[in-house]
Amino acid sequence: MFADLFNPETLQEAWEIICTEFPLALWETFYVTVLATAFAIIIGLPLGILVVVGEKGGVLPIPRWILSVVNFIINVMRSIPFLILMILVFPLTRALIGTTIGTVASIVPLVIAAFPFVARLVEGCLREVNPNIIEMAQSTGASPLQIICKVMLPESVPSLISNFTVAITTILGYSAMSGIIGGGGLGKIAINYGYYRYKYLVMFLAVIVLVILVQVFQTVGTRLAVNTDKRLKNQAGRRHRDQAE
Amino acid sequence: MIEIRNVSKTFNTSGGPVDALKNVNLSIEDGDIFGIIGMSGAGKSTLVRCINMLERPTEGQIMVDNVDLGSLSVKELRAQRHDITMIFQGFNLLMQKTCLKNVMFPLELQGVKKAEAKKKALELLDIVGLLDKAKAYPAQLSGGQQQRVAIARAMTTNPKVLLCDEATSALDPNTTNSILELIKDLNKRLGITVVVITHQMSVVESICRHVAILDHGVVVEQGAVEDVFAHPKSDAAKNLVFPEGKTQVLNVGNQAEHFIRVVYNGANAAGRPMIARLAIEKGIEANISYASTKGISGKAFGTILLSISGTDSDVKDAIEYLTQEPGIEAEEVQVNVC
Ligand SMILES: Nc1ncnc2c1ncn2[C@@H]1O[C@H](COP(=O)(O)OP(=O)(O)OP(=O)(O)O)[C@@H](O)[C@H]1O
Ligand SMILES: [Mg+2]
Repeated sequence: MFADLFNPETLQEAWEIICTEFPLALWETFYVTVLATAFAIIIGLPLGILVVVGEKGGVLPIPRWILSVVNFIINVMRSIPFLILMILVFPLTRALIGTTIGTVASIVPLVIAAFPFVARLVEGCLREVNPNIIEMAQSTGASPLQIICKVMLPESVPSLISNFTVAITTILGYSAMSGIIGGGGLGKIAINYGYYRYKYLVMFLAVIVLVILVQVFQTVGTRLAVNTDKRLKNQAGRRHRDQAE
Repeated sequence: MIEIRNVSKTFNTSGGPVDALKNVNLSIEDGDIFGIIGMSGAGKSTLVRCINMLERPTEGQIMVDNVDLGSLSVKELRAQRHDITMIFQGFNLLMQKTCLKNVMFPLELQGVKKAEAKKKALELLDIVGLLDKAKAYPAQLSGGQQQRVAIARAMTTNPKVLLCDEATSALDPNTTNSILELIKDLNKRLGITVVVITHQMSVVESICRHVAILDHGVVVEQGAVEDVFAHPKSDAAKNLVFPEGKTQVLNVGNQAEHFIRVVYNGANAAGRPMIARLAIEKGIEANISYASTKGISGKAFGTILLSISGTDSDVKDAIEYLTQEPGIEAEEVQVNVC
């Protein structure tokens, strides 16, 4: 099946598809991923915070049953396979966007699939904050809200950034999958040409572009996380000094 | 003035209730440097956390300037915490913020204007000697420097009370001294009341005026530092004053029949060589089984354990002779030789 992958005709055809369809597809994939991640963070971040500060002995304890319900919902939503979730949220998508098909419509299931995941990531980040620092803030007279906004979140910015990077690359993968139900982007190209029309070269190229996109997100995210982490400045400084000596 | 009245604290753990504090009564005068000393697990941290209500006592009251902290609303309590600040063993600085931002933190919480907060913070960084580190991050500082930043932070709100929970336990002896000097200086200059939690005798000796000894949640002794350390009565106090006491006595004391405990309670440190004169003038030979003495402002404090192989009357003579000297007390004690 790969025999005629590189014959001149196929190459010519693939090149035309790349020129005509890839720029738009790349843009669609990019904005769907970024928007879906943004919305997932908007919903997932507060939930993640709630799960940490709301527990017994937390900064802002909430009734136990509320916490149990929230945790249960997050767990259930995380265990539904994305393909099925896409179909399950059709009514919601239709209510919000007016249609279930198309690039914009694919953002809805992506957000629904990603926010519980983001909530868990945020939870992990916040649990890493040194409890002694939280105690310091309490002994300084900080209110629960101040502890969240001025201590817990700022102290975990680097790990939040690296976890959001994980989220955005995962969502990128899901967005490609949403090509199946009419979402646009590189995923749609890969499926349409590769799966339905046996144009494997185009499919491979679409995958390569996706890989590059993941690399770009990951590199930028990692660099951002390292650069914002002031705990690491010391190590950098030390290495510097050691070399000088 | 801080009054701790009948305070008990019980933790309910999965392994059953733990009585961390049992009916603790203390009063700490304004401007004092008050030490709370005890072995690990004695309840020191619990007690100090009760003073700012990070931990609510199960029973009893914490009165600060005649206000019962237990009766305050959450909001009032937060306001109180600007008056009762705390420094910690682990410094607990915000690692993602500069030293300046760290020192500004309490003012930021109070909603003080940025420019004003910055001015105050720089002032305090100057006092603790770290003005040049204002823009540095905590990870770039040594432990001692981090604790100085923490002290500056604790002072920004002009507190009345500074609580120090093992504030020097993570530091080397020299750095410990410089931090203690700083605390002492702040106490002298600003009249701030300081409560020092420690398991180190040396810390209490170098800065505290009063001390309470905590043992298994109970205050077993309290009073002026010289008194408590010169006459340790409880086992807990003796253990602190003679950390390796028992073994030393056992090794040397095998042949002796009598032991005299000589307590230096402010005797002139450069005074007469008492033990030598005892031998010359009275013909009584004494062995030093154990000695732990300290000079505090030119006076000697501490204890020497003498072993004497002689008759009962020799012992009586020796005690009489030694106690002539002002600031020295002596008594015969029983030491178990096994
Ligand atoms: N939150 C808690 N839950 C249960 N038990 C606790 C809690 N905090 C303290 N305890 C118990 O109370 C006792 C006193 O603890 P505390 O931390 O006050 O001791 P400490 O004198 O400060 O010891 P250290 O010198 O090791 O810091 C210990 O037995 C400890 O296990
Ligand atoms: Mg402790």
